[in-house]
Amino acid sequence: METFFSELWIARDALMEGFVRTIEASVVSILIGTALGLLIGIVLVYGPLVVRLLCRAYVDVMRGTPVLVLILASFYIPSVVGLHLSAFQAGLLALILFCGAHIGEIVRGALQSIPPGQTEAARSIGLTFPQILTYVLLPQALRSILPTWINTGAELVKASTLLSVIGVGELLLKTQEIVGRNFMTLDFYLFAGLLYLLVNLGIEQAGKALERRVAVR
Amino acid sequence: MELHVRPLLQIQTLHKRFHDVEVLKGVNLEVREREVVSIIGSSGSGKTTLLRCVNLLEEFDSGQILLDGESIGYRIGGDRRRRLSDRALSRQRSMTGMVFQSFNLFPHLTAAGNIMLGLRKVRRLPKDEARSIAEKWLGRVGLSQRADHYPSQLSGGQQQRVAIARALAMNPKLVLLDEITSALDPELVQEVLLTVKSLAEEGSTLLIVTHEMRFARDVSHRVVFMEQGQIAEQGPPAEIFGNPKSPRLAEFLRSARS
Repeated sequence: METFFSELWIARDALMEGFVRTIEASVVSILIGTALGLLIGIVLVYGPLVVRLLCRAYVDVMRGTPVLVLILASFYIPSVVGLHLSAFQAGLLALILFCGAHIGEIVRGALQSIPPGQTEAARSIGLTFPQILTYVLLPQALRSILPTWINTGAELVKASTLLSVIGVGELLLKTQEIVGRNFMTLDFYLFAGLLYLLVNLGIEQAGKALERRVAVR
Repeated sequence: MELHVRPLLQIQTLHKRFHDVEVLKGVNLEVREREVVSIIGSSGSGKTTLLRCVNLLEEFDSGQILLDGESIGYRIGGDRRRRLSDRALSRQRSMTGMVFQSFNLFPHLTAAGNIMLGLRKVRRLPKDEARSIAEKWLGRVGLSQRADHYPSQLSGGQQQRVAIARALAMNPKLVLLDEITSALDPELVQEVLLTVKSLAEEGSTLLIVTHEMRFARDVSHRVVFMEQGQIAEQGPPAEIFGNPKSPRLAEFLRSARS
């Protein structure tokens, strides 16, 4: 135990760096992915046919592809067409596209489950379509997707471990490097696992608090 | 003087079809200001569709609807007829208020919030002014104490009264009531009908679709009987209910009574 703590002390900076990277990748991809997903979801329900079909294709391809493949694809494909992304940028791109597709599908379902009477009532008092979306439909849709959205957040934290494959120094890769040096395999992998667990428990708790605040009455 | 002579609502040879079923076959109807008109008829006769056309929730195929002299829903230029833009339709919809069979209150907003949404976003009133109008109307429908309740915390009758307040707070020229008691438990019907009656007495212009024959008789100046997409008979309630001319109306009234 004592050796673990002294090794942990030696590795503290590397671990911290990895942890921050993991959080950074997760938060950025959740935020941008959610914005993208909202847009996709709205288009999937109300968009003109051509755009809708394009979005449908995007969503289906993303959801049908393993995240690891997405990450490798966004690492290798852009450089072929002359676009140079760093490993971190490529990883973020993959996570954002993955998140956007999932959130898009969730938003679509939520919007379609709102009874048509809501739109009719909003129309009849004279609201324009963008106003109906902003004040009537999205507030209801967002409340109902909250639990799934939180879940997607936790999924993304876990998916971010896959960025280690393309050499992004996030928590898992840093842990691997540390283990490679001191051979305390079990201890450090358990420690990393504990950190992931704590982050996801935190997300879950924050989500529950949020749900209580905006509960659909 | 012409302004007073012209009916508030003029529906002229309105045709509407859903695919190959013609639901409205040339309807002509006029409603004057402060008049209360009830439309009765069996289901499928086109009465709800007619109301939805007036509120521009349905498109129609030919004919026109004039509200206060303004042709609504379409722009007719030359021989082309085009649906108006979302913005123009929204403005015209705000001239009429509609109350639905299934209330359609916004579940994420309180009773006052439901009423304030249109006042704030369509009429662009400041928040406190919208709030005071909302409270005034909630008082009018007897729900002053329920301003901060959410729809799910209200009974069906209370929800429908909030919906009535929501429609009227926008100060519409014409209020459309679409079978507003059909989704209510029998013991809640009366409170809603009393609310409508008081609006009628205060001079609101109402176009009502209803299955409540006694109510139609009590509250209306004129009753319209629709049958298979057309107006088959209309007249003062005493005449329609007391002395129906067409055999179809007589038959309808017999079956409605039983």
